[in-house]
Amino acid sequence: MVALSGTDETPNRAPVAGDRRGRARRATWALALLTLLAAWGSLATGASGISLGDALGNWLSGEGLSLQERVVLLQIRLPRLATGLLVGAALAVSGAVMQGLFRNPLADPGLVGVGAGAGLGAVTAIVLGGMLPATLAAVTGIYLVPIAAFLGGWAATMILYRVSTRAGRTSVATMLLAGIAMQALAGAATGLLVYAANDQQLRDLTFWQLGSLAGASWAKLAIAAPVMLIAMLGTLGLARGLNGLALGEAAAAHMGIPVQRMKNLAILCVAAATGAAVAVSGGIGFIGIVVPHLLRLATGPDHRNLLPNAALLGASLLIGADMISRAIIAPAELPIGIVTALMGAPVFLWILLRRRGLLDL
Amino acid sequence: MIPRFSRRRLMGAALAALLAPTLTPLSALADPASRIVGVGGSVTETVYALGAGDRLVARDTTSTFPEAATALPDVGYIRRLSPEGVLSVAPDLIIAEDGAGPPETVQILQQAEIPFITVPAALDASGVAAKIRAVGAALELEAEADALATGIEEQIAEVARKSAEVPTPTRVMFVLSAAGGRLMASGQGTAADAMIRLAGGTNAVQGFPGYKQLTDEAVLTAAPDVILMMERGGGGNHGPEGVLSHPAIAITPAGQAGRLVQMDGLYLLGFGPRTADALSDLHAALYPAGN
Repeated sequence: MVALSGTDETPNRAPVAGDRRGRARRATWALALLTLLAAWGSLATGASGISLGDALGNWLSGEGLSLQERVVLLQIRLPRLATGLLVGAALAVSGAVMQGLFRNPLADPGLVGVGAGAGLGAVTAIVLGGMLPATLAAVTGIYLVPIAAFLGGWAATMILYRVSTRAGRTSVATMLLAGIAMQALAGAATGLLVYAANDQQLRDLTFWQLGSLAGASWAKLAIAAPVMLIAMLGTLGLARGLNGLALGEAAAAHMGIPVQRMKNLAILCVAAATGAAVAVSGGIGFIGIVVPHLLRLATGPDHRNLLPNAALLGASLLIGADMISRAIIAPAELPIGIVTALMGAPVFLWILLRRRGLLDL
Repeated sequence: MIPRFSRRRLMGAALAALLAPTLTPLSALADPASRIVGVGGSVTETVYALGAGDRLVARDTTSTFPEAATALPDVGYIRRLSPEGVLSVAPDLIIAEDGAGPPETVQILQQAEIPFITVPAALDASGVAAKIRAVGAALELEAEADALATGIEEQIAEVARKSAEVPTPTRVMFVLSAAGGRLMASGQGTAADAMIRLAGGTNAVQGFPGYKQLTDEAVLTAAPDVILMMERGGGGNHGPEGVLSHPAIAITPAGQAGRLVQMDGLYLLGFGPRTADALSDLHAALYPAGN
């Protein structure tokens, strides 16, 4: 909590015990390097055994790429890498913002209804998509499920926001509770659709819920990437406000932080970033909880460092998980949600056990 | 030998002519495909049945027969094929059952200029024959496929003749899973429903499409004479005996007489080259004392 006070531009400020800002900045460089390494690894590995080095060599020497190299590198691995980077960053940043906003270390984007709403949207599209008028189905094509997921997440967030805002003030406690009700409702509606689904649709549902980067394509990314990027940039402006909020809403208001405006922006950014991420990759869990936790343990709770660091660590973790999901049963692949849950859940438990006293659990 | 021009070759030639300025000659003009990925249990089975198993280089998760197929690399579940996984086995032809995907993977494989042939789904004798002929055409083994398909059609017709002589059709309930005492039974429009009818039985469960969980009362109303299940069909602790001692099933005619028929899932429901044998077996199991 040390870094909360004052501006960090004060040049001759006396060093304070426990100041972890230097460490956080070094961590940023290390994480950037890690992300680059993970990105290189992700481009270089894959079931087809095409070598990135050879391909780059051919390209640089003007020989041009073979068809196989072109398809694997440019149509499979590169869009997949870009999607993984953005989705990982979006999920981790959204998690960090949510935890700051709700002042609850267990908060994740699911709390504002994005997850449940997006899930309901996707399930609706998978089960009832066949009933769409032919013209609309032709327009949306294979993007029907992602679009429906995004709209579902968006709608759920807006409803929750309306429910918990009274006289211009948003109560985070009401939102938390309303979020639980919303999840139950969306869960029931999803259950109803699951009951109506046929076998193939059930298979599709299961795989969608497990998450995967396998469906990554440039066309999907062209729609989702701007949303995720703008939302993440938006959260950078929240850092100081979230720091103030850690002291409580009243204290933050006294510090001159426009609390309500900040809440609006935070919820908007999280809904957009998570909605777009879930839309392109399905349900990928634990990145939003584990990444901010690890970083707070290592480099402290200052959101000015936490948010960019979370983006980098989230991106590299998801790419790493994707490499595992592609390699472990190659040439087939495991849904990435299984990998992140397998990696994330034990880490999360370990954090909880270590901090049990602190959290009073 | 007189050169034969299959439709695929002609189409390939036409495509090659269109793209000729930009591309090297397509593999379609060369020898028949020799690095094939079989996607879907019945497709892979058919490739083996036509004696072309040595031309397969990979299969999907649902391709579990014959034994040799399981030794091939697995490129994923039929509806969740991994694009790079498929490309990694350097295929020159992909033969897939209807519904293979996802569409993103199919698109990428098309960009890689690998012929992707989708075989129509089948739930009757002519469908199975059409499936086998489609696989045969893809393999350029039309004559062999024709012989196999005709034989299977005749065998299925033979079962139909025997079924027509049955005085009262046996009422059959197909139980997909009985895990935890909850019965998932087949309604209409499923492979199980089609097999029951083709084998001369009646599906005891009427009134809904697909597979649904049945209440005990619905089981009593259905009053099946025989319970049909897959081997390893999710019985859990409700294995063969368990299903028959299920409180609702125990009072049905099937439970009273202890009539449970179990068959391998792909054999029973695959609608591939073994379907005729499966129908004969099922018919014999439904009508044990001759006809």
